[in-house]
Amino acid sequence: MTTSTTGSVAASGAATRTIVTGSASGIRLRRPGSRNREQLVSWAFLAPFLVAFALFLIWPIVHGIYLSFTDQSLTGAGGGFVGFANYGEALTDPVMWQSMWNTVWFTLLSTVPLVVIALLMAALVDRGLPGQWLWRLSFFMPYLLASTVISQIWVWIFNPQIGAANNILKAFGLEPLAWLQNPDTNMLSIVIATVWWTVGFNFLLYLAAMQNIPSQQYEAASLDGAGPWRQFWSITLPQLGPATVLILILQILASLKLFDQAYQMLGGVASDTTRSIVQYIYEAGFVNYRFGYSAAISYVFFALIVIIGVAQALVSRRRKEL
Amino acid sequence: MSTATLSQTETITAPGARRRRPHLPGQKPFGPLRVAAFAVLALLAIGWLLPFLWAIATAFKTETDAASGDPSWIGATGPTVEAFAAILSQGNVYTWAFNSLWTSAAVTLITLAISALAAYAFSRLNFTGRKWLFVVVIASIIVPPQVLIIPLFYQMLTFNMIDTYWGLILPQVVVPAMVFILKKFFDAIPIELEDAARVDGASRFRIFWSIVLPLSRPILASVAIFVFIGAWNNFLWPFLVINDTTLMTLPVGLQTVISAYGVQYAQVMAQAVLAALPLIIVFIIFQKQIVKGVATSGFGGQ
Repeated sequence: MTTSTTGSVAASGAATRTIVTGSASGIRLRRPGSRNREQLVSWAFLAPFLVAFALFLIWPIVHGIYLSFTDQSLTGAGGGFVGFANYGEALTDPVMWQSMWNTVWFTLLSTVPLVVIALLMAALVDRGLPGQWLWRLSFFMPYLLASTVISQIWVWIFNPQIGAANNILKAFGLEPLAWLQNPDTNMLSIVIATVWWTVGFNFLLYLAAMQNIPSQQYEAASLDGAGPWRQFWSITLPQLGPATVLILILQILASLKLFDQAYQMLGGVASDTTRSIVQYIYEAGFVNYRFGYSAAISYVFFALIVIIGVAQALVSRRRKEL
Repeated sequence: MSTATLSQTETITAPGARRRRPHLPGQKPFGPLRVAAFAVLALLAIGWLLPFLWAIATAFKTETDAASGDPSWIGATGPTVEAFAAILSQGNVYTWAFNSLWTSAAVTLITLAISALAAYAFSRLNFTGRKWLFVVVIASIIVPPQVLIIPLFYQMLTFNMIDTYWGLILPQVVVPAMVFILKKFFDAIPIELEDAARVDGASRFRIFWSIVLPLSRPILASVAIFVFIGAWNNFLWPFLVINDTTLMTLPVGLQTVISAYGVQYAQVMAQAVLAALPLIIVFIIFQKQIVKGVATSGFGGQ
């Protein structure tokens, strides 16, 4: 499958029946015109994906950029070109910046426990204690639940009057909280629910990475007298570097897309302290009907994602070079 | 730009289903550290199960018991299935569950089919522009679907697909990460297997269908499970594109009745438990494959 193979086929294409020795892929048989045929076959294989890709990914990206320069409304009105007005408005809109900050704040609050707790869970499960099936079920099961289901469960738990969370606080002699109904604690409540909901995913990624470490390394360390702590610090942790970078990046990108649970746990009510950037995109487009403005905010958000993606690519390239 | 991230997953392969670290020499099977580890693990597991168990407990209470704020696990009037009966008698839950099931299955099948075909072309066939086309597909992994809701909705308006199943399904089938995962897997299949068939005159599609696909069953299962869970739980797009109650999926449908039930906690919890049940059963049956699927294709989800 190298391009050099193709090149040599083209060069010797005049022969009626040419046998080309591929550089790495063994012997290929070629008939005259087989290169054109292979082109056709290739596009036939690609066509279904490419059509969907062009229609539902590439075109929306392009059209979204166009919309962001218009005053298009969901109602069909507007649509005139307004230049950079939407972007100018977005960058001076305090609600946009508040949503951006809420999103970043949520990402900071959620990422640390989502990585640390996942690591702890995986390290313990990897000890090979009895009950593997139960541990995996307990930690990963919430991840399988729809955002609607977890929102309903946590709204019930966080109920200020009769919820379980306040019962627990009272049992420890602490003051009950208003949780989702207080602007000071509503984001924290969403973070708690989110950690419970999605930590199982990172747990499984960590567990897979740990199980890839050859057990001979542990046996050798054990013979040298290293205890379980020492083994964890000197063998397990250092080898989890690549997995941790991957999990961190995936987690940051996932947290930045906050919407489903935050929107639903507050019953669809916009709160200045929990409104995420995706929620603001939704509100601008589908509550205020301002498609053009909403598209502009989408691209400001997209720029943030791309910056993080590029930064991550640079970091991992440097890691590889070292 | 995500290529770097993705290539790191090569280091992560599926956890062996039953691979357990053997008891090491000098390590007591029930040393104090092991007991401590077990205790912490048990505490964590209880912490993670409690919210769900509490939801189940509430679902088996009467509305009065649930609303009384009594923190006991069984209500004063004793357990009852009243709340479940009330939910199931309303009918919509069945429709939503059915819609969720079949649209998620359709999304999974279409995604799998078009991604596998494209991945095979990228892995095995020579065509002009292969390299840059693959770069474009990989680069698009970074585009968050949330960014596209406005132009996609506009497109669905143009196509008259608002409030249709196609409008719900089609925008979900483009998952470039799955093309990448499948291509990686196809790359690792020894080409000699295909060369033999080509000498015998088999067509590319035949080779793909009867040699490559059967060899790829594990990865196809992983991708399928992952796409299915994603589609089953997807909220934002179905929420936007479907307004007709009879066309809604489970997550969207349930969301509409939260407010309608007001303070009927037992019913809301019964509904949450019912909605959670199918995936929990699926997980218990297919635990091995799901755990493997997350490890191999987990990063493709969003």
